[in-house]
Amino acid sequence: MRTLQRTGGADQALLRDAVTIAAAMVAVGASFGAIAIAYGLPVWVPFLMSTVVFAGGSQFLAVGLLAAGNPLAAVFAGLLLNARHLPFGLAVGDALGPRLSERMIASHVLTDEVAAFTLAEPDPVRRRRVYLIIGATLFTSWNIGTALGVLLGGATGNPDALGLDAAFPAALLALIMPSLRDRTTRKVALTGAAIAVLLTPVLPAGLPVICALAGLLTLVRPHSRRKERTC
Amino acid sequence: MLIAAIIALGVGTYAMRLGGVLLRGRLKLSDTVQRVLAMAAAALLAALAGTAALMAGTDFAGVARPAGVLVGGILAWRKAPFVVVVLAAAATAALLRLAGVP
Repeated sequence: MRTLQRTGGADQALLRDAVTIAAAMVAVGASFGAIAIAYGLPVWVPFLMSTVVFAGGSQFLAVGLLAAGNPLAAVFAGLLLNARHLPFGLAVGDALGPRLSERMIASHVLTDEVAAFTLAEPDPVRRRRVYLIIGATLFTSWNIGTALGVLLGGATGNPDALGLDAAFPAALLALIMPSLRDRTTRKVALTGAAIAVLLTPVLPAGLPVICALAGLLTLVRPHSRRKERTC
Repeated sequence: MLIAAIIALGVGTYAMRLGGVLLRGRLKLSDTVQRVLAMAAAALLAALAGTAALMAGTDFAGVARPAGVLVGGILAWRKAPFVVVVLAAAATAALLRLAGVP
């Protein structure tokens, strides 16, 4: 039995959410490590990628292209996929701390999930704490997962069998749900998501999500909406 | 070449992360612009969730995954705890696959 202070309760809830997403990160990180080794890449490759790149989607994309002997394509496709981190940095940049050194270190752990957790925190004072706790948790769990995958290889199993491919989009949905309760934001976000889904079959990976920014055009008043939707 | 490619991808990704963060620090943003930035981030996250839920590469993702995300989404809308949303989405997709649904 335990008794909780009010702020302790908020931190406890945050830690519980962090552990949930971290468990999923370990499993997907393990599949990344296992896949990199299965492709026949050197053992240091997944470790270097998970520490230096630390962006799951681009890591999966890049190991495939690296294994196919196409390093230039791996870099460009990976960078295109990660371009969304720039607008994420703009949106959550005030949560990383006042000092340049702090911001330079904290920037490295900025991911989709970290941005989503940070934006879901309404209190600007707590945002920094949320950013750092989630960022550190995810960086650690992703790298532990990668190491497990390298060590255990195919024995880690297929994360899809555990339904983890459904867990990550659902987690993002849960995190943006508070902002989706605002009607204007909902219109922008759902329009953007629809644009991204429709463009996914025809554009290279990464671009459709960037094109979701066109959802902001719904903010333009209807009678003056003459602008072409380009991306 | 392998190590150069990984370092290039890492440095480029870090540059985009830091670039956005530093830009935010430099600019004096009005409340309206801050609100629009939050909406832009919500649109990007919704697009990530939508494409990850419905698409596998350039193809449709099948039934089990979208069904799992839908269950998670409904629970999130009804303000279920984060843990419940994530576990329910994963369990739905996993059980459907176990039953042979693609």
